[in-house]
Amino acid sequence: MIEIVSASRCIECDICVKVCPANVFDAVPDSAPVIARQDDCQTCYLCEIYCPVDALYVAHRAEGHFPITEAEVEERNLFGSYARALGWKRGKAGGTEHDPTHRIRVAAV
Amino acid sequence: MSRPPSRTLPENSERMSSDRVKSTSNDPLHLQADVLVLGGGPSGAWAALAAAEDGARVVLADKGYLGTSGATAPSNTGTWCVPPGENRGQAVERRWQRTGGLADQRWMLRCVDQAYENLVKLSEWGYLFPHEDDGRLYIANLRGPDYMRFMRRRVLKAGVTVLDHHPALELLSNGDAITGASGVDRQRNRDWSVEAKAVVLATGGCAFHERILGATGLTGDGYLMAAEAGAHLSGMEFTGKYTLAPYETSLNKGLPYRWATFYREDGSPLVDANGEQISNGIGEREKDIAKALIDGPVFARLDHAEPALQDWLRRGQPNCFVPHDRAGIDPFKDLFRITLRAEGTVRGTGGIMLATADCGTGVPGLYVAGDAASRENMTGAVSGGGAVNSSWAIASGWWSGKGASTHARKSARKAFRSMSKPLGEAGLRPAGNARADLRTAEIIEAVRAEVIPLEKNYFRDGTTLHTSSERLERLWNDVRQHLHAEGVDRVRSRETASITASARWSLASALARNESRGMHRRADRPGNDPAFARRILVSGVDAISIGEAQISREGIAS
Ligand SMILES: Cc1cc2nc3c(=O)[nH]c(=O)nc-3n(C[C@H](O)[C@H](O)[C@H](O)COP(=O)(O)OP(=O)(O)OC[C@H]3O[C@@H](n4cnc5c(N)ncnc54)[C@H](O)[C@@H]3O)c2cc1C
Ligand code: SF4
Ligand code: SF4
Repeated sequence: MIEIVSASRCIECDICVKVCPANVFDAVPDSAPVIARQDDCQTCYLCEIYCPVDALYVAHRAEGHFPITEAEVEERNLFGSYARALGWKRGKAGGTEHDPTHRIRVAAV
Repeated sequence: MSRPPSRTLPENSERMSSDRVKSTSNDPLHLQADVLVLGGGPSGAWAALAAAEDGARVVLADKGYLGTSGATAPSNTGTWCVPPGENRGQAVERRWQRTGGLADQRWMLRCVDQAYENLVKLSEWGYLFPHEDDGRLYIANLRGPDYMRFMRRRVLKAGVTVLDHHPALELLSNGDAITGASGVDRQRNRDWSVEAKAVVLATGGCAFHERILGATGLTGDGYLMAAEAGAHLSGMEFTGKYTLAPYETSLNKGLPYRWATFYREDGSPLVDANGEQISNGIGEREKDIAKALIDGPVFARLDHAEPALQDWLRRGQPNCFVPHDRAGIDPFKDLFRITLRAEGTVRGTGGIMLATADCGTGVPGLYVAGDAASRENMTGAVSGGGAVNSSWAIASGWWSGKGASTHARKSARKAFRSMSKPLGEAGLRPAGNARADLRTAEIIEAVRAEVIPLEKNYFRDGTTLHTSSERLERLWNDVRQHLHAEGVDRVRSRETASITASARWSLASALARNESRGMHRRADRPGNDPAFARRILVSGVDAISIGEAQISREGIAS
């Protein structure tokens, strides 16, 4: 589930508030959004890729809280790691033309 | 093509979204439209585009955000992509052989044709498909986040008014036909209603609150709304589909397990009945894994994937590796614990019965698309996940949008608010006294205890189904008589009612199908019974009626 909104990275654009399909965040005037309904998070990682500055971290545990510090996420270079794997940058989509999934499907038969 | 796409609606949704934080008004929002689409997954997006192309004024309301909501957005969906030509018939025939005899080849054929046409449209519109080695475009795969973001742009460009975070709570009717829907803007806590000449239900399936990708909003709301309006549901017994996922994660994507081996907690390999080590988790061997999971923890390792394949998997299905990377596991070398995630009707096949070829439900003015509809026409008793469902979402979305806009054009009737009455009952208007002690979370947990465990729902038997069914009746009674909420909390109470109702329909249908077929596995009735080569229909909300429909390869498509 969503665990971290990095106040040091966040530019307060509120995109995550708008795009989270589970309505997990609340906007806060002149501040980074807060995780208001963590338990509703569906662990889809989509807020991460829409964030223009990689300020969000979603832990892999989908059932319940998974404590992790911002320092560890920074240290392990996990901020924005899913966006990089897809080819999304600064919240902008990209990378579908390089998707090799068709090779997997051929191999799976 | 009578009228141009119009933006004459009172407010523009994009502006509304960006003003959201500043807006303080709690005044209800009222809009008028020709076609109202409920749900912003692929089927809803295609429905909106199809209706807008006809010149209809279209409003699309989604519980979450068109672009990230629904089962496709977080996934990477393979489509059933069959190019025009003589081989189509064979491809359909081959696929039909696997559907437990419940699919309908005419629907299958028209679906592959429509889906192909629309996939080509996507490419023409600028969606970037990858190339195969021979230089041809590969259009049979759609990467969820990119595809749905692309569809959002397209829908907005077509002049559709998009209402994000506007869950629908109920349909409106003038007694003869559906005249719109109403709900709540959950980020501004204000009510909304849209008067429309036709409504498309594209609200997805019901995943019973299982924590799988995209399932947060998939609570069967459309089923309840449709049943309250008098529509039938079909195939609700086909909710026995489960997919492997790393333990406690949301990653219900089975493909990597094609190259996995499986182990018990003591490290001994899982073997099948013949003593062979199980090395493909997405085929017939899934049953053995399910049995082992009932006994205790099971682990996997993707050790049959060669280095080239490892690279493709990582680049092609990157989210499958996010949980492993974050947990510090190398899934090609290390053992990791797994689970089977229940998928309800999302990868099951049940849903609202289609009464007409334009995806009408039989209720005037009410259309249905995608996972909200029964997918038995396409895939019968087996799962349509992995290819068929996404093509169905495209094709049925398109047809329902056309059907709805045609209905809107033909209907001379003007929908006046004063004549329309809301149809919602359970979770909104309790039949008895409201009870504050009823907790939605507890009700949902109690429902899940009957429809999620492998030992009850993957492997079924009549006695267990009966016991579960009785428990569900008691839960339903609480919901129907006493569950009540105000404001935004109505979303959760309505979801609770929809989940409970969907579970009841599923159990009633599972009891009625007194045999095993596809994903409906009855230990007390192993094997197909030719007498059950027909559809099981359910209707009614408080009192459930069971019916049946004979199907032939011709079915009901025209
Ligand atoms: C992990 C995963 C992988 C998959 N992979 C494949 C694949 O490879 N191939 C394949 O063919 N299929 C696949 N599927 C299935 C496919 O994703 C679905 O069939 C498809 O998303 C259905 O589209 P839809 O628009 O009908 O529903 P969804 O995409 O689920 O969208 C439903 C929408 O309705 C909205 N909604 C719900 N209730 C309300 C309400 N009350 N008011 C307003 N809006 C509401 C939701 O917010 C959501 O946006 C996969 C599914 C999953 C979960
Ligand atoms: S999307 Fe990123 S930058 Fe924008 S508000 Fe959210 S966390 Fe901050
Ligand atoms: S992971 Fe998905 S559901 Fe969770 S906060 Fe991010 S966008 Fe919302």
